[in-house]
Amino acid sequence: MNNKIEIKKLNLHYGKFHALKSVDMPVRKNSITALIGPSGCGKSTLLRCLNRMNDLIAGVRIDGQVLLDGIDIYSHSVEVPELRKRVGMVFQRPNPFPLSVYDNVAYGLKVAGMRDGSRISETVERSLKGAWLWENLKDRLDKPALELPLDQQQRLCIARLLAVEPEVILMDEPCSALDPIATMKVEELMLELRQRYTIAIVTHNMQQAARVSEYSGYMLLGEMVELGQTAAIFTNPSDARTQDYITGRYG
Amino acid sequence: MKFLGEKGVRRVLAGIAFSAISALLLIALFIIKEGLPFIISYGPVKFLLSSDWQPQAGKFGIWPMIVASVWVTLGAMLVGAPLGVACAVYLTEFVPRRVMGVIKPTIELLAGIPSVVYGFIGVMVLAPLIRSQLGGPGLSVLAGAIILGVMILPTIISISIDSIQSVPNSYREGSLALGATHWQTTHMVTVPAAKSGIIAAIILGMGRAIGETMAVIMVAGNAVKIPGSALDSVRTLTANIALEMGYATGQHRQALFATGVVLLIIIMILNSLAGMAIRKRAGKR
Repeated sequence: MNNKIEIKKLNLHYGKFHALKSVDMPVRKNSITALIGPSGCGKSTLLRCLNRMNDLIAGVRIDGQVLLDGIDIYSHSVEVPELRKRVGMVFQRPNPFPLSVYDNVAYGLKVAGMRDGSRISETVERSLKGAWLWENLKDRLDKPALELPLDQQQRLCIARLLAVEPEVILMDEPCSALDPIATMKVEELMLELRQRYTIAIVTHNMQQAARVSEYSGYMLLGEMVELGQTAAIFTNPSDARTQDYITGRYG
Repeated sequence: MKFLGEKGVRRVLAGIAFSAISALLLIALFIIKEGLPFIISYGPVKFLLSSDWQPQAGKFGIWPMIVASVWVTLGAMLVGAPLGVACAVYLTEFVPRRVMGVIKPTIELLAGIPSVVYGFIGVMVLAPLIRSQLGGPGLSVLAGAIILGVMILPTIISISIDSIQSVPNSYREGSLALGATHWQTTHMVTVPAAKSGIIAAIILGMGRAIGETMAVIMVAGNAVKIPGSALDSVRTLTANIALEMGYATGQHRQALFATGVVLLIIIMILNSLAGMAIRKRAGKR
């Protein structure tokens, strides 16, 4: 089986609002899966179900299953912090901590209980290299992360994630705060990361979905309208609503 | 108000606002005018560092009162700061917003209790308890510290809550998404991010503690001597002024104003430290 994650009949309610309607979706291992659709269609909500970030919001009810390697992450035996170490997340706006570059990357390791200074340093270096930041920042590791340019901040957030060696990386519109050149860099980085990680990305930008993803899901009003290989969805959508969206007649 | 017009209203408001500020300035000027010449003529070193306070004999050394104020205030911080900060952290991070909406105003009510009531409880309950359990006269540094520690809680709690609440939620999310537990997130990210606001809260609480008079007069015992232990009676700077102002004349009276100048300077320093801490935080965003 090649699916890292399988979402089965997932329903989510915010109070009375039915935000996700019986969504089924696989996320293939070592590939990039994009979620596209107009604002408010539930794609970010769906993404945040995969590492249980929606648990933080009061009044959310979830039923259905999200299987990670065949195990339901919503079952009672799952430790949420452990789950989030395996399924990391990059947010829409870069959100490095108000700490130094080094401490940002080391944070996940310290949280996980690593105390060995030299191992931490090695991992920090490896993670920064993994996010293509090492050459830029190796002499400025004690600089406050909030003073970096936005695209470096976002790649720092990716580095911070790589340090805890997740299996899945969720990206919630990771480039929406970045300019086109910075966006390109992050996209190239994603294509490289795909070789070792399973990636799910939410994006508003359909060109981005077309450029980086192998699989796409088109969502509308909480439903998964169409799901398949990105090339197929973009050239030959089977649902009229998808057709409308990708040709720009909707949203 | 129409006949005044827009400009008229502005002038009236400016006049009222200015009268408030000028009251403050006048008080400060008056105290300095009455006290500063005495400090200079008596000698600042002798005034501040000599331990002899015998107004009848013309000896005015306020060192015991400075030591007393410092000990009582530090003691109050030892009681109030950990309690206050812990309470603020608990209320912001571990309690639903609804509950917090009930508890926070209740805590702020503490600030509305007159200080004489705190002093009364100190005299009736706390001092006898200290006397019977720990010895000494009961009216002591310890009693003063505990009473003041409780009195400054509302200041510390409500300013700390404001600063913890202003930490962007994205920091918490970023931490949780890396597999941190709620408590790890709180003490490794949220509280450090609110640190300067919490420090400002503690400094402002300290300013309140050092300036408090009535409760301290009632519970600290008022003996003019350098305390040998937390169970000894002491007289703080504020208590000294309040106790003797009624009958002081001439040089004695000037010496009390000079004590006021010392207090004013200490509190100004504390307030500007708090201001610096708050500005530093504002500059970070």
